[in-house]
Amino acid sequence: MGEITLIEGLRQAMDEELARDDRVFIVGEDVGPRGGVFRATLGLFDKYGPQRVIDSPLAELSIVGVGIGAALYGLRPICEIQFADFIHPAFNQIVSEAAKMCYRSNGEWTVPLVIRAPYGGGIGGGLYHSQSLEAFFTHVPGLKVVIPSNPHDAKGLLKAAVRDPNPVIFLEPKKGYRLIRGEVPEGGDLLVPIGPAQLSRPGADLSVFAYGMMHHYVLQAAEIVAAEGIQAEVIDLRTLLPIDKAAILSSVRKTGKALIVHEDNRTGGYGAEIAALLSDEAFTDLDAPVRRLAGPDVPAVPFSHPMQDWFMPNTEKIAAAIRELAAY
Amino acid sequence: MPLPPPPLLDLYRLMLLARRLDERAWVLHRQGKIAFHISGIGQEAAQVGAAFALQRGKDWFAPYYRDLALMLALGLTPLEFVLGLMGKQGEPSSGARQMPSHWSLRRANVVSHSSPVATQAPHAAGLGLAIRLRGGDAVVLTTIGEGSTSQGEWYEAVNWAATHKLPVIFLVENNVYAISVRQNQQMAVEHVAEKAAGLGLPGVIVDGLDAVASYRAVGEAAERARRGEGPTVIEAKVARMTPHSSDDDDRSYRPRDEVEAMKARDPLALFRQRLLAEKVLSEAQDAGLQEEVKGVIEAAVAEAEAAPYPPAEDAAYPVYVEDVRRG
Ligand SMILES: Cc1ncc(C[n+]2csc(CCOP(=O)(O)OP(=O)(O)O)c2C)c(N)n1
Ligand SMILES: [Mg+2]
Repeated sequence: MGEITLIEGLRQAMDEELARDDRVFIVGEDVGPRGGVFRATLGLFDKYGPQRVIDSPLAELSIVGVGIGAALYGLRPICEIQFADFIHPAFNQIVSEAAKMCYRSNGEWTVPLVIRAPYGGGIGGGLYHSQSLEAFFTHVPGLKVVIPSNPHDAKGLLKAAVRDPNPVIFLEPKKGYRLIRGEVPEGGDLLVPIGPAQLSRPGADLSVFAYGMMHHYVLQAAEIVAAEGIQAEVIDLRTLLPIDKAAILSSVRKTGKALIVHEDNRTGGYGAEIAALLSDEAFTDLDAPVRRLAGPDVPAVPFSHPMQDWFMPNTEKIAAAIRELAAY
Repeated sequence: MPLPPPPLLDLYRLMLLARRLDERAWVLHRQGKIAFHISGIGQEAAQVGAAFALQRGKDWFAPYYRDLALMLALGLTPLEFVLGLMGKQGEPSSGARQMPSHWSLRRANVVSHSSPVATQAPHAAGLGLAIRLRGGDAVVLTTIGEGSTSQGEWYEAVNWAATHKLPVIFLVENNVYAISVRQNQQMAVEHVAEKAAGLGLPGVIVDGLDAVASYRAVGEAAERARRGEGPTVIEAKVARMTPHSSDDDDRSYRPRDEVEAMKARDPLALFRQRLLAEKVLSEAQDAGLQEEVKGVIEAAVAEAEAAPYPPAEDAAYPVYVEDVRRG
């Protein structure tokens, strides 16, 4: 075992998949010699050459659209969108094309495509380098939506995503790229299946559901409240679509209380779906209203620090929400 | 390899089949037997010329909804088309999930397209990129209407293909109208082909009412692509001899004398006259072909009418590859 950063986990995943399967290639802005603006693809251009690590024109819809075409041919593209905030020009290709291809061709054509995009705030990126936009994509049947929270899962889930025969939106908590470190087995073929959530901290008093950067803060908050005698169970959802209903329901059946934390804004956010699931299928198990701690309903994260901090859920806000729910 | 001489009779037979089948679809619509039809009448020559200039079974296609003649030339059967018109089981492009004329035919390397216009253009560039990465000298043909070249999707795809010198032919079937909007409300250039200059690739104008002209232009672009010299934009000047679709009435926006003038230059009639004049086709042979085509279409309609609809439960699948039911 060695401790690595989350972004190193991603880089290793791409390196291994490029080496394993010559149908895999990377395409995106600045992914070549520079290794991406965050350097997730650092060294891969030198190792695999310009045919496998391709600097695209500055045009997101065609990064995805060209990826779809190559996937239809049988290749396995990894498309990098430089910041999730810039994925919107590609929305049509993702939603109208990639997501619907299998269904609309009755399974004749499929799109084994991974779209990687760094998401999330708290990095001084202002409105357009901070967004969380998973809810746009979790609403779309035909897509899989994955968000890792640690280096192990970043590596294992990305490798699984590359091998998945469906289009996968792979959102990466960019604030955690170098901040979140963790143990990852060296060698071997680390695969984390797309689908199952992960119980990351058992507890009896209430269930906290999170993913990506927020999961990192939830673990810290759970540690703080544990010292006060509150046993929070933490579930790292990891795959948002398809949703792991069984993991969510079994935790809440045990604890009777649920808090969902995400930095995407509240209205129509992923937390609403979990709340609806619990109301449908765990109503009689609930001892308290389902709570959501989410980004506020403003258009995006403001730049100036006090305003950014106002927007972002953090360890203290999460601990406060846990205490409040535990006391209900 | 120089382009072989155009197979004139094959071109004619397919134009004829496409025309009669298309006309039959309008009749089915008037009879209330189908809900929707979008026509390719007036665009057949450009399409069959393109199809015969390419290597069927090897080359790749990302077409658009007016390409009935192209699809028939690539091996779609009249029965398969009529099943699609009726939303019947066994329809090959989507299992009757999509509206009619939303093509896909895996066995002929025709990838599936959707309704939002121009979305197929980047797919063509991606197919071209994949061909480049995997080796081989296949080419990709993608078609589109002139109005839809206003979409960013088209520019991005052409720019990408030009930048990477990908083996793609961007065939624009310019029928002057996008539903009711004329070309001069759509772009400042007189010819769509002029757009190519700004993107760094050749733009060729061809008489799309002439199957042989289309055959030659697409054949040359394919040779260029196979030599690794990159993509070409071809603008085929065609005619939309019908309203936009069965839901449209073009009398509110289209001068009648324009429609009459267009009908006087019907590409099928022009081609027939030419083949008769050149003695490639005799009157007797033509009569035989007309009979044959009629028989094929009537049999297809009868069989499609008798075919079942898909079971409602099929609508639940296949959202993911894991749901695909094989066999
Ligand atoms: C993105 C999008 N916007 C609008 C439409 C509705 N629509 C369908 S066809 C069409 C006109 C297309 O004109 P053109 O590209 O010239 O092709 P033509 O139908 O003339 O062959 C329009 C506006 C659509 N299908 N997709
Ligand atoms: Mg048009």
